[in-house]
Amino acid sequence: MSRLLTRSTENRRAERDYENLLVVDDVRLAFGGVTAIDGVSFHVDDGELYAIIGPNGAGKTSIFNCLNQVYHPDEGDIRWKGKTVLGLKPNQTAELGMARTFQNIALFPHMNVVENILTGRHIRMDQTWWQGALWLGKGRRDEFENREVVEDIIDFLEIERWRKQPVGMLPYGIQKRVELGRALAMDPDLLLLDEPVAGMNLEETEDMARFILDIRDELGIAIILVEHDMGLVMDIADRVMVVDFGRKISEGVPEVVQNDPEVIKAYLGET
Amino acid sequence: MLVDWLSLGSIYALLAVGFVIIFKSTQVLNFAHGALAALGAFLVASMATILQIPGRWMGSAPVWLKWTSSALVALAAAALIGLILERLFIRPMLGEGLFSVAIVTLGLDIVIRTVSNDFMGTNPRPLGFPGGTASLDLGWVVIPWNVVVSVIVTLVAVVLIATFFLSRTGVAMRATAFDQEAARAQGINVGRIFSLAWAIGSVMAAVAGIFLSVFPRRSTGVDTATAFLAFAAFPAIILGGLDSIVGAVVGGYAIGLAQAAVTEFLSNNPSFAFLGSGFGGVVPYVLMLLVLLIKPYGLFGTEEIRRV
Ligand SMILES: Nc1ncnc2c1ncn2[C@@H]1O[C@H](COP(=O)(O)OP(=O)(O)O)[C@@H](O)[C@H]1O
Ligand SMILES: [Mg+2]
Repeated sequence: MSRLLTRSTENRRAERDYENLLVVDDVRLAFGGVTAIDGVSFHVDDGELYAIIGPNGAGKTSIFNCLNQVYHPDEGDIRWKGKTVLGLKPNQTAELGMARTFQNIALFPHMNVVENILTGRHIRMDQTWWQGALWLGKGRRDEFENREVVEDIIDFLEIERWRKQPVGMLPYGIQKRVELGRALAMDPDLLLLDEPVAGMNLEETEDMARFILDIRDELGIAIILVEHDMGLVMDIADRVMVVDFGRKISEGVPEVVQNDPEVIKAYLGET
Repeated sequence: MLVDWLSLGSIYALLAVGFVIIFKSTQVLNFAHGALAALGAFLVASMATILQIPGRWMGSAPVWLKWTSSALVALAAAALIGLILERLFIRPMLGEGLFSVAIVTLGLDIVIRTVSNDFMGTNPRPLGFPGGTASLDLGWVVIPWNVVVSVIVTLVAVVLIATFFLSRTGVAMRATAFDQEAARAQGINVGRIFSLAWAIGSVMAAVAGIFLSVFPRRSTGVDTATAFLAFAAFPAIILGGLDSIVGAVVGGYAIGLAQAAVTEFLSNNPSFAFLGSGFGGVVPYVLMLLVLLIKPYGLFGTEEIRRV
């Protein structure tokens, strides 16, 4: 983990010259007649574990897609460290420090675990394409340094035994971990995790919860955790927002949200 | 026959490698690759013999230096053309299916061939390669220097490209080919990856085009048939397996060997004349079909891995 800690929590704090890490201000997004996000506002601070929950189709993934600018909101503003991200491309929001995982794992299945995580190092590497081809001097040094970071992440996530296997062949739970590792490799300030434990058994879920808590506590990386059921979220999140039909229906610390009549209604209504 | 094998094999391998680079990084089947090879050769002919750029400003510099400079200018022009084609015709097709983009490249193939044939006219355009007919005499075999050069260039190019695909940008290219959205989420600038792939691919095509035109046994220069001859590299590509650099090289030299051997055999055995004098040219396709029957993804191709 040591080399992974290129910037400790303290450093992250010291660099700060903004109020909130991320501010989402009255964002709206519609697809034709379908309103996916209907005026949602929230903020996330450095090192915070913020959860977004809500039934399927509530608009959670769409919120993520707005944050990193895969989708462009029809109205509202999204500010990252005080500056708007509207109009940027997803690769630019990634460079700013937003890393994400996808609800339906989006790894590169024909590449092995090391190479997949290495793609996460892309923005942190310092070599031109021809330096990489020549495999000399600077390009080679940079390659080695970054591959060491990748190995640290592999150790941290306990996936050594699959290092050289094409990820498309790995069990689902391990793929989810590799995807987390790839996001972590970006050395981000904010991790967007879209249903990281969906489809996992109890043991896999507990492992993943442990990794998520370690990332927040040891690396000081802020996390937005999207889930469709309450279980995991209420145990580990600092604050929770509940969305339904694209609207925020509740927000606060887990105990408060859990007992909010609106939330109980939405969740009972679903089943 | 050894000479035929090495020269044909190098050409096919170079063509295949250029094609594979574009496919491996952008998932585009570039059917204009042969046309780009001929265009590249024509650019060299233009720079070296017709326009004499930059030779005309180089005074009494040695001939080989003037020629090499012209070739570099031509390769830079080829890279630029690759960049422009990608930007104008391939980029707008981002996200479309493999098939639709392949159709666009087929269109490009026709356009590039028509335009460059217009410029070329009907006579072969000599490239002015200064190597001439000098040969390397190893005692047991005599190999023309330009064949030696072609083999060295091919091997150097292959090693560079193989290490490239293990490095930062190469890994990003392979990622981009598979899933552009996921690649963007890693901060990879997909547009730049496309540009780079087409620039490198076009340069590789042009280098192959040079060799395709200079081998003395084949022809005296680049002409309207050059693009067509380049088409014979497709069996090599498919044999090697579309997305494998090693496969492209093995495929290239294997097809070159088969073609050279069969041609030699036919010329020594008149009783097989019924197969026709051009049968050597059919061999690449026959070999390709035989391999595909046994290994549908080619010798080194990645078998389709399904997404979970
Ligand atoms: N690309 C899209 N095109 C059309 N409709 C979409 C698109 N993405 C999401 N939606 C719609 O937006 C709504 C919210 O979807 P989503 O954000 O995926 O919800 P969640 O992640 O909470 O399950 C759904 O009604 C969904 O059908
Ligand atoms: Mg979702």
